[in-house]
Amino acid sequence: MAAPHDGPWLDESAGRLVRPYTVSDGRTRPTAQMDLLTQVMATGGPVIGYQGPDHTAALGLCAAPTSVAEIAAQLKLPAVVTKVLLSDLVDCGALTLRAPDFYHNPTDRSLLEAVLDGLRRQL
Amino acid sequence: MDYDDSSDPFPTALKILIAGGFGVGKTTFTGAVSEIAPLSTEELLTTVSEGTDDLTGVENKTTTTVAMDFGRITLDPGHVLYLFGTPGQERFWFMWDELSEGALGAVVLADTRRLEDCFAAVDFFEQRGMGFIVAINEFDGGYRYEPEEVRSAIDLDPRVPVVRCDARISSSGIATLLTLVKHLLAHAPAAPSYGAHT
Ligand SMILES: Nc1nc2c(ncn2[C@@H]2O[C@H](COP(=O)(O)OP(=O)(O)OP(=O)(O)O)[C@@H](O)[C@H]2O)c(=O)[nH]1
Ligand SMILES: [Mg+2]
Repeated sequence: MAAPHDGPWLDESAGRLVRPYTVSDGRTRPTAQMDLLTQVMATGGPVIGYQGPDHTAALGLCAAPTSVAEIAAQLKLPAVVTKVLLSDLVDCGALTLRAPDFYHNPTDRSLLEAVLDGLRRQL
Repeated sequence: MDYDDSSDPFPTALKILIAGGFGVGKTTFTGAVSEIAPLSTEELLTTVSEGTDDLTGVENKTTTTVAMDFGRITLDPGHVLYLFGTPGQERFWFMWDELSEGALGAVVLADTRRLEDCFAAVDFFEQRGMGFIVAINEFDGGYRYEPEEVRSAIDLDPRVPVVRCDARISSSGIATLLTLVKHLLAHAPAAPSYGAHT
């Protein structure tokens, strides 16, 4: 094993992994339940306690309702890590979240009709 | 829904999956219909394989990333549709379970030169009872099979639509999605009347 040294901690296989885990303090378990389609939005309230640059970057993407998937893609961080950052921000009151409206009820035609109308407008 | 509030700023987020074999055009399709440049999220997966010939018993952990492409279509101020391209490699298929949770339905892309590549996706949605259609993405060198020939080759339920599309063209992708949603509506039960049972 290579001796620890200063500077970026990178190696061929771990290079992509080290930083995400550092960002989230090695945590992979967000405190809030989140899906890729959970939406979050900044409350505009003060951020309590110092969160770190990645939290600030994440918060900056949440001025309007935004999905976890989009924030992860913009931050170029894995979804699990993004969920940890976002749930920290929810915990400190900086973000509100909304679970996705999953389609579980096949008798609910209204969602499908909204999709049909919306898609027609794309043509 | 617990927070029913007229000033609710959040639109309703819905999803449709774009599935199919390796290299069939999932990313291209997603990008063509999306209003944002197709983005990709990564999931970190840690797989632990216990080496059988390893006397120390130290687990061999490997971490891989699986990329999922997605795109977005704002349907109206209250509804936003996300399209997720499913990971092509079969060893990541367990992720489909999570992705398919709560999805409206799926488009299975098929390439007639390698039709068998879509069988696994068709099986997946059939087994879960999720509504889907098959869209033949016509590559330039591909022999043009008729949709009915493709249907019998896949041994598809006669009710499942088979359409042609060009994954590179937005209007073609939207038309494909419309076919899916009409199919879902046609097979969605009418509003519950009496003694609904599953
Ligand atoms: N000629 C032609 N080329 C296409 C079409 N659709 C996709 N391609 C090309 O085929 C290649 C594969 O398309 P992708 O969209 O990356 O396929 P994919 O299903 O996302 O691939 P994986 O994610 O690797 O499984 C790309 O080079 C596309 O430009 C099509 O309709 N016609
Ligand atoms: Mg792809």
